[in-house]
Formats: sequence, structure tokens, C-alpha cells
Amino acid sequence: MIFEHFPILIPLPLLLGAMIAAPLGVWKRDLAYPIALFATGVSLFFAVSGLIFVLNTGTHHYHLGSWAPPIGIEYVVDALSGFVAVIVVGIGFLVMIYSHRSLQRELPNKEVPFHSVSLLFLAGLSGMVVTGDLFNLYVFLEIASLSAYALVSVGEKRAPVAAFRYLLLGTIGASFYLLGLGYLYLVTGSLNMLDTARIIPLLQEHGLVLVALTLMIVGIGLKMAMFPLHLWLPDAYTYAPSAGSAYLAPIATKVSAYVLIRILFTVFEPAFVRDEFSFTTVIAWLSAVGIIWGSVMAIAQKDLKRMLAYSSVSQIGYIGLGIGLANPLGFIGAVLHIMNHAVMKATLFLVSGNIFYRLGFTEISKFDDKLRKKMPVTSVAFVIAALSMIGIPPTAGFFSKWYLVLGSIDAGNWIFVFVIALSSLLNVVYFFRIIEKMYISKTKNLSESPVEEITIKEAPVSMLVPTLILAIAVIVLGLLNAVIVDSVIKSAMPRGL
Amino acid sequence: MTDFFIGHMAYYFIIALLIIGLWGMLFKKNLVKKLIGMNILQASIIIFYVASASKYKATVPVIDSRLGAINPADYINPLPHTLMLTAIVVSVATTGVALALLIVIYKRFKTLNEDELLERMK
Repeated sequence: MIFEHFPILIPLPLLLGAMIAAPLGVWKRDLAYPIALFATGVSLFFAVSGLIFVLNTGTHHYHLGSWAPPIGIEYVVDALSGFVAVIVVGIGFLVMIYSHRSLQRELPNKEVPFHSVSLLFLAGLSGMVVTGDLFNLYVFLEIASLSAYALVSVGEKRAPVAAFRYLLLGTIGASFYLLGLGYLYLVTGSLNMLDTARIIPLLQEHGLVLVALTLMIVGIGLKMAMFPLHLWLPDAYTYAPSAGSAYLAPIATKVSAYVLIRILFTVFEPAFVRDEFSFTTVIAWLSAVGIIWGSVMAIAQKDLKRMLAYSSVSQIGYIGLGIGLANPLGFIGAVLHIMNHAVMKATLFLVSGNIFYRLGFTEISKFDDKLRKKMPVTSVAFVIAALSMIGIPPTAGFFSKWYLVLGSIDAGNWIFVFVIALSSLLNVVYFFRIIEKMYISKTKNLSESPVEEITIKEAPVSMLVPTLILAIAVIVLGLLNAVIVDSVIKSAMPRGL
Repeated sequence: MTDFFIGHMAYYFIIALLIIGLWGMLFKKNLVKKLIGMNILQASIIIFYVASASKYKATVPVIDSRLGAINPADYINPLPHTLMLTAIVVSVATTGVALALLIVIYKRFKTLNEDELLERMK
């Protein structure tokens, strides 16, 4: 049965697609896009069937080349990694559909390398999710990061500088992770996650393990833009091309958050990181500061994309807070928010891409109700996603915040409840500012010149459909949250939490 | 005490390299120097792995009949070296991407000095 091999079959079509799409695209340019779409579709099929398989039969271990761990590398798909893999490849598939027309407009003649690099990017991320080996994780992390730098660098004029800064900070993050892994390897002598998890409680001396864990958290924190380490994020997301930021913003940082969950709760035990040495408390407090900081900075921004980038800092804070609470409700909130934020941030960045496609700018001050009249579907998608970001039921964003609030109460920390409520109010401020411009304001900015009047119309179908699917998904996932929590996330709960 | 210091000589060297690399990345104004700092940082980690696997008077991990019975202390663990082969490839790829970015930056802004760059990006 080929389905037995699904853990390796999630990243493999993407890697092969990247290798095939580039040379064939050079030969005939129109071939690159169908190949990329097909590769992502195959990978999505295996991710979804893998998740269903795992939910029915339990965790699936796949030994590469039949070498049993800890000597060989193993890929593990359990409920958590299957779930994140579906999110990564699913969002990647929708953005892949979307990116075709967007790229023709923004980066003419560069579609072939862009599609190839975005396949590599998705391969790296899905590999990080399915691997059960800590060094293999580092390799996939670097594949994803290197392609992320490339995705950023082809944007507008200032993009290479943003990409270079991202590269420096990203390399520091990856190097710290590698150094921490070196310390862990020195004491445990194993690179396999489950094997390491078995050895760590047996160790008498904790000094080296603590150094290893600290370095790994700092490294992954840099990659996931956890609060004081987020400095690369706003520039990178703002200056990247629309399709590039639609790839990066929803899934890149989420996968790093997933890695943080794996390291804290699978490799190390919750009792170790929460009770013995309060690593999670530090993460929770930093995230709480990040939630407020990101929201306040988002209010201060004049550009839609830049505002969304700062709002990402704040939303990553929610995931960090859920991880830092380290109780079952906080864990549910964090994992649910990984999905919700991926879907709604993807919607928002696709909307900003649609607006950029027709108007050529995303400055908030220039929006008015012309935009809504000419682009009704895009505007509705924006409103749905914005309501979800604020956290208004029945959209998806409400439920993850709800679980986080319950988790904070469970932990007896009312300050976090206050932080979540306050940041929701701040979200209202910056999203309703735009909704107000779209639906009420009648300034004549857009219609000043007759030329622009003609060009504004709804975005092309291939860009509109993914936007709409994601916007509908925001509501559907909100309504189905109980099913997702019961059937997937509860079975992904790490033991000892 | 002295023995401890001498025995961990390589690690002090690695820490010094790591700090030099980080310092170069954070405080040097020239982007090429930042990149050199990044390479020093990566090299320090590679040396860390290699140093952690090395043993005094040990040999390559091929069973040698002259050594008699198989004793793990006689052989160097090959795994960290193998891992570092991958890490070196990653480091080379990162440097390549960074140099390509620097070329684009120089073509667009005609400078690689961070202060001037910020000035010209406004």
C-alpha cells in the first residue's frame, strides 16, 4: 500500500516538483505553473489522507531506508504533525493557485524561479513538520529559510535589504538551534526526538541540558518572531511581493511555533519545562508583552501590508501565550490559533494582494468606498477575516481566544485575560479604521484621476477564488471548532500536560 | 584547575570565535563585514561539533586489527563530522544567497554601508 509511505510522500512531491519545474520552466515557461500546482496537490492529498489515517490508527512511524531509530532517521506523523502538515500544504496550495496572476503582474518573467522556490519553501516547512529527527529538522529549517529569503528579496526596491537583515537574524537563529542541539547531543548521544525524550529524565546533571534548551528556544524564537526577537518580520513581510508575503506570513512562523511545541513538550517533558525550570512562564510573559506591542505598533502604521505584519507579531504572541501557559486549555488554544491565524492571515494578505493588483498601492489613507463598490467580494473577505482577527463569534478567531482565556483563568493568571481583552480592543481600532474607509468614507482620492477610475475592478477569478475559499473557511472552521478540538487536538495532547 | 583550563582550551577558543562573529554581525556597519561575522559564527559552531567528537590518541572509525579488542575509546565518533558536512553545505548556501543579495543591494543603492543605505532608502 502506498499510503503506508505517506510521511515521506508529504515533502517529497514538493522537492521533486521544485527540481522538475525549474528546468522545464526554462524550456517552456508555461509548464512551471501546472507542475507546481500538481506537486502541491499531490502533497496535499497525502497530507489529508495521512491525517485521516493517523486519526484512525494512531501515530505512524516511518523509518527511512528501514533503519530503525536511534541509528536511522524516522519520520513521525501523529495527530499534531498531521494537522499542521495539512494546514501548511493546504494554505500553500491555495496561495499557489493565487500566485499565478499576481506574479504575472508584479514580477513578469520571473514566475518560473518563483514557483520553484516556493515549492522548496513548502517542502522545507512540511519536512520540518513530519521529521522525528532533530538534525533533520535543522536541515529542513534551513531549506525553508533560504527559500524564504529568496521569496522576500524579489519584492520592491527595498526588499533585498529587508531580505539581508532577515538572512542575518535567521542564520543567528538557526546557528543557536544547531549549537543547542550540539549540547543536547553531547549529553544524550542521540538525535532522535523520542529517544532523546527517553534519555533526558535519566540524566543526573541538568546543566548542559538547560544550556541546550535555552539556546534552542532562543533560536526557534528568532525563527518564529517571538516578541523581542521579531525585528526582522515587519520589513520582510512589507517589502516582499504579494504572493511572497502570502506564503510567508501564514505558515512560516507557525511551523516554528510547532517546532517550539515539539521541543518543549515532546523532547522535554512539560514537568521539566514548566514546574522544575519555569521556561514556559518566561515565554508566556514575553508573548503577553508582544501581543500588546504588536497591536500598538499596528495602529501606528500607514500601510495595509505593514499593519498586517505588525499584527502578525501580536498574533504570534497568542500562540506563544498558549504554549507558555502549558496547561491543556492553553495548548488547545495555541494549536487552534496556529490553524486560525494561518487561515485568516492568509485571507488578509491575499486581500491586500488583490488591492495591490488593481490599485498598485496599499496605503490605508487612500482607500475609500469606491474600493468596496468596485471590489465587493474582496471587501467582504477582508471584513470576515478582520472580524475573525478581532475575535467576534462565530468566526474562527473567537474560539482560539476563548480557549486561551479559559487557559489563563485555569492558570490563575488574570493579567493574561486582561491582555487578551485589551489586544482585542486594539485590534478593533486598527481593523475598523480600514472597514470604515471601505464602507463609509467618501473621500475622492481614488477617483481623482480618470485613469484609475477605469482600472479598478474586481481581481481576476484565479485570485478571487482562493481569497473567497479562505474567507469561507474562516467561518466554517469557527463553526466546526468543537469537532476539530475533539477529534484532532485532544488526541494530539502531549502526555504529562 | 590548570588541567581543566588546558583540557577545555578548544571550547574557550570556540566561545571567543562565537562572540567575535556575533559582535561583527551586530556592530559592524559594512554589510560585507556583517556577512564575514556570520561566517565566523557558523565556523565556530562547526568547530564545536568537531572538537566535541575528538579524542586524544583515538583513530578513524575503521576497525583496525592491530588495536586488538574493539574499544570505543580508541575510535572517534564519526557522526558529528558527518553532521557538519551538511552544516557546511548549508553555510555555503547561505553565504551564496547573502552575496547575491549584496550584489543586488549594491546595484540599487550604490553603497554597502548601513548608515548610508538607511539614508538612501527613505
